[in-house]
Amino acid sequence: MGLSVMDAPEGGSAEMVTEQIAQALEDVFAVRVTVRQQAWIPDGAYDRQRGQYNAPLVLRSVLEGAASEPPKLLAVTGGDLFIPMLSFVYGQAQLGGRAAVVSIARLRQEYYGLPANAALLAGRARKEAVHETGHLFGLVHCEAPDCAMRLSTNIRQLDMKGDRLCSGCAAMLMERVI
Amino acid sequence: MKAQWQILVVDDEEIMCESMAAWLREDGYAVDTASSGREAIEMARRTEYAIHFVDLKMPGGIDGIETLMEIRRIRPDASIIIITAYATVDTAIAAMKEGAQEYIVKPCNPEEISLLVSRIIKVKNLQRENMILRKKLARQYHFHDIISKNARMAGILEMAREVASLRSTVLIRGESGTGKELVARAIHFSGDRAQKPFVAVSCAALAETLLESELFGYEKGAFTGAAERKKGKFELADGGTIFLDEIGDISPKLQADLLRVLQEKSFYRVGGSEEVRVDARVIAATHKDLRAAVEEGRFREDLFYRLNVIEVQLPPLRDRREDIPLLVEHFIERISHEVGKDVRGISDGAMRVLMDHDWPGNVRELENAVERAIVACRSGTLGEDDLAFLQENGSGRQFRVPANMTLEEMEKLMIEAALKRTGGNVKESASGLGIDRSTLYDKLKKYGIER
Ligand SMILES: [Zn+2]
Ligand SMILES: [Zn+2]
Repeated sequence: MGLSVMDAPEGGSAEMVTEQIAQALEDVFAVRVTVRQQAWIPDGAYDRQRGQYNAPLVLRSVLEGAASEPPKLLAVTGGDLFIPMLSFVYGQAQLGGRAAVVSIARLRQEYYGLPANAALLAGRARKEAVHETGHLFGLVHCEAPDCAMRLSTNIRQLDMKGDRLCSGCAAMLMERVI
Repeated sequence: MKAQWQILVVDDEEIMCESMAAWLREDGYAVDTASSGREAIEMARRTEYAIHFVDLKMPGGIDGIETLMEIRRIRPDASIIIITAYATVDTAIAAMKEGAQEYIVKPCNPEEISLLVSRIIKVKNLQRENMILRKKLARQYHFHDIISKNARMAGILEMAREVASLRSTVLIRGESGTGKELVARAIHFSGDRAQKPFVAVSCAALAETLLESELFGYEKGAFTGAAERKKGKFELADGGTIFLDEIGDISPKLQADLLRVLQEKSFYRVGGSEEVRVDARVIAATHKDLRAAVEEGRFREDLFYRLNVIEVQLPPLRDRREDIPLLVEHFIERISHEVGKDVRGISDGAMRVLMDHDWPGNVRELENAVERAIVACRSGTLGEDDLAFLQENGSGRQFRVPANMTLEEMEKLMIEAALKRTGGNVKESASGLGIDRSTLYDKLKKYGIER
């Protein structure tokens, strides 16, 4: 699958977590990950009023700009994402589809007024990337406490779960991939 | 567990609809979208959604509140969440007044929506579990399509089970529509003949000669038009059961033929000389009083005793009213499926109407009434309006006595009605009521009736 890093004028780069994310995806989904660096997040996706990027529009541009080859595409960005209905999202995926996007804006300790912590940021990014990629492979939310497919709607919930799939989700993934 | 619940998202902005739908799909729900109120109403009519997210402001035609009201009319139990871009107290109150479950302002905190959805779904899951439990309970009262928790019916069904594998003839008596054929089938299908044919013949429907060839078949050339040998119902039922409905209506000639089959287990085809042996269990049914017919010489006594080895007397529906709710639920489920309507239940008031009705046509009449009501019904629940036809044709011919009414109250009502009819004329009223004038005066005084 393809992993592209989308820098955002508002929010910055996500480059520092790409290696960790690529590794986690290869471990969990047993896929080869090719990293494409330095694409810009589309200007049109920026909502000036909200000061955030519109996740459905970002997904649309990921699909439009993609080569025909990789069957799954994950974009990682430093820009904060939203969908019109919600105040923010950590990421968004087409369930069982081709494209997903993850934002690290709210994964940084700085966002909460705390000192930066690179290891914590990378760990959170791995969880979110595995979560959205799980959706790409057709997995839905899971209730298992430390499964990466558990829904997290705030940072505390995100920190409580792990960056691996539980045995149930892993089994479902096997059935779909094979 | 989640995928079985469907959610509808209604918004005129496509990106709004689609992103919300995608977000809910990630949670495992099946999500549909509609881009207008009109489309949403059509979809809600076709599909039962667990939750409807409806945007308050939609241009052109029907707005969010109207959509909400219309969906509530089709699905009184629907959960509807109204979405709006800005909070105004007035619209919030209007939405809640029309039955919105929640009112949310976008953009909304994801945690809030997630909690709201799971809270609603939790309740829906509980309701569904309850319904399944109730259905399981109801199934205890099922025995081969016969639904009852009435003690007398339980006794009959118990006996049906016991005699199922015997060869003895059974005579089932009961008013029309009480389910005589169902009992015959239950006996057949719970016995060791279940794999063999069950053949039903209505003896009332056919003229004597037709019935004869229907029952016993005929040889080629037996009469004009008999181009081929044809097997009769007795032969077709060989090894199984033959059900002779309306046995009280058959002619003396056929009574003799039937007696012979029961005694000899053999018969001749019409126009034939070859004796045909047959092993068919006979179950007969009648709504008439056969004993009286025997006394009056219209029914052979020997045949009566041959038929009446095991006797089953089915109670009329008005004597087993406790079964009406069970039957109604069963009919709603079956018929709404058959006629392709999504009727799920019945209001308390409508059920009371059904409970109070006398059902001269018994279970069949009840079934027909439920079907007629379902066809007329314009929501997911049968209401009293859908049963208006029961009162219409009942009032003229039938006189219904309200429960808990005393004889005196009744008498007072009758006197008042008589006075009203005669315009207060005591003489005429008294003669209409079959009493003399002084008696009527006494009663007027007693009940304090003003003329
Ligand atoms: Zn899981
Ligand atoms: Zn998710």
